[in-house]
Amino acid sequence: MSETPKSSRQKQEFEHALESSDRNVAQFEHKHRSFFGNVQHFLHGNPTMVPVIVLIFSIIIFGFVAGSKFFSPFNLSLIMQQVSIIGILAAAQSLVILTAGIDLSVGAIMVLMSVIMGQLAVTIGIPAPIAIIIGCIGGICAGGLNGFLVTRIKLPPFIVTLGTWNIFFALNLWLSGAQSIRSQTLDEIAPLLKFFGESIALGGARITYGSILMLVIFAVLWYILNHTSWGRHVYAIGDDKEAAELSGIRTNRTLITVYCLAGLVCAIGAWASIGRVGSVSPQSFQEANLQSITAVVIGGISLFGGRGSIIGPLIGALIVGVFNSGLRLAGVDVLWQVFAIGWLTIIAVAIDQWIRKVSS
Amino acid sequence: MKKALLGAALGALALGMTAAPNAAKADEIGACLITKTDINPFFVKMKEGASAKAEELGINLSTYAGKIDGDHETQVQAIESCIASGAKGILLTASDTKAIVPVVKKARDAGLIVIALDTPLEPIDAADATFATDNFKAGELIGQWAAAKLGDKAADAKIALLDLTPSAPSVDVLRDQGFLKGFGIDIKDPNKIGDEDDDRIVGHDVTNGNEEGGRTAMENLMQRDSDINVVYTINEPAAAGAYEALKSFGMEDGVLIVSVDGGCPGVANVKDGVIGATSQQYPLLMASKGIEAIKAWADSGEKPQNSQGLNFYNTGVNLVTDQPVDGVPSIDVAEGMDRCWG
Repeated sequence: MSETPKSSRQKQEFEHALESSDRNVAQFEHKHRSFFGNVQHFLHGNPTMVPVIVLIFSIIIFGFVAGSKFFSPFNLSLIMQQVSIIGILAAAQSLVILTAGIDLSVGAIMVLMSVIMGQLAVTIGIPAPIAIIIGCIGGICAGGLNGFLVTRIKLPPFIVTLGTWNIFFALNLWLSGAQSIRSQTLDEIAPLLKFFGESIALGGARITYGSILMLVIFAVLWYILNHTSWGRHVYAIGDDKEAAELSGIRTNRTLITVYCLAGLVCAIGAWASIGRVGSVSPQSFQEANLQSITAVVIGGISLFGGRGSIIGPLIGALIVGVFNSGLRLAGVDVLWQVFAIGWLTIIAVAIDQWIRKVSS
Repeated sequence: MKKALLGAALGALALGMTAAPNAAKADEIGACLITKTDINPFFVKMKEGASAKAEELGINLSTYAGKIDGDHETQVQAIESCIASGAKGILLTASDTKAIVPVVKKARDAGLIVIALDTPLEPIDAADATFATDNFKAGELIGQWAAAKLGDKAADAKIALLDLTPSAPSVDVLRDQGFLKGFGIDIKDPNKIGDEDDDRIVGHDVTNGNEEGGRTAMENLMQRDSDINVVYTINEPAAAGAYEALKSFGMEDGVLIVSVDGGCPGVANVKDGVIGATSQQYPLLMASKGIEAIKAWADSGEKPQNSQGLNFYNTGVNLVTDQPVDGVPSIDVAEGMDRCWG
């Protein structure tokens, strides 16, 4: 990797012969790179920069188009609130996508766990903290099932999670009877479930605990992925599973823990979603799994695994939120918001492909 | 031993499978119920109503549902399987009211009676009959109620409309336009949402008919104009979401929320003051009437008649509120609770 050998390193016997020989004949050629080449290289080294640039530009543009209302602290904090649940799911999704997998069941796990928490606390009358803990354990189990099927039965993640998406969805309907648990009932019996809907006022902004939770989850995952051996293993597996295995990583065991952790994050998201929605709603978040993938992709994490920063999806979710808010405030019809997000996703993947082609 | 048991079981299964269709052909009338989803309690109730009536009349009922609202493809397949099964009639709540028409025609050509429940097809006479809530009337009732409740202040109301989906199916349009007409606003083209130019309308947004969508849509419209004091919602889950948004703005007391449906949690929300008034509809009645109609068709080839002055059979709608106003007939929450679904 390093072009200049560290001076502290002792030269070995055979290397001394090089001292007097001409080294120009065996040197790396320094090609002059074009401007775009430089950009490509920079982005290859800093994959999160693309979404950051897009976010900054979109904020500026919508600031002009939608006027001062867009820039109010209140609106900016509202965008945070609105993306918080998709953001949390995108964090879970990123873990799986970093291993070159995909998890179509994140939204279904979340809704199912919110229903479990609600039913346990309200219908059965278990104390809310225990209901939440059981929900979190349920999330780990649901993720673990995905992980087990992927690693032990050796099925492709796409198929496994497509299946479990339907399974979790059906369980959700069965447990909830397709009925929401009303906000007023929660206030009476289990107000703790709505904890993440509470907010603190900061100037004109209104920051919900749910928004803060999202930031905390990303911070914790960032630390784990970058500063623990487990985190580095996740990247290694995503980059090249065989190579990772050959270098002594127990890839299957790591993969299962990835899915379990993703399931746990979804379950925490379930708790937050009850606060956000105000009630336990088995009908909400039907498209959350796809929205989470959109946020991850726009956030610059490669669908081919092993590359991208966990902070990217946070930015990706915010970009989607900024687009929706800006277009709405500008009075644009809903279908054009969907249109814009569609293009954004395709462009994001195109940029990712272009960066991957980077040549030395 | 194990193998012998398995063989016996398989044999029994095979016998059962050959026996069942014969039995059905001999004396049972087949019917199909195809709903938009299995999720919405409205359709769950519809299924219950249909199943109970079918059992009473000795009809063999098969039920199908799309995965999500708007899942057209699954409904097409369901109709095709129904035709193939030799059923006498289909009860259908269409997800895509226009696109379903050709396959409905195929079923009718094959001798089945097709009855649209809750959601009229486009054109409405593509089905043999339609058993539905008068959704325009449902909207009109809550519009009239909201206007009467505001009194003189209705002249400078600020109205938010929380609709269903971007594709605006007919139920979405009818309720939205009915509400505006009831409120006293010039709706121009009654087939089009959003062509009104009355200053009192702050805007329309979509909710997908659930709490999360209701909350987000309300937040967005509040960002456009925070003086909103009347909120129309397509259904009660959306209304509950809108209320949460208003609560987070600290404005839940000054705003009138009206809705349509009459589900039990919705009526409970009327009682708790979350929703001011809601128009209650009766899915169970639609389904049981539908089964009766299929039975009549199978027995005597008779088709159901439309309600007077309408091009469908009206299963009725009542305004549920504990704050009745002059000139708008309503039932109280206690009666609404008695008759609620879900």
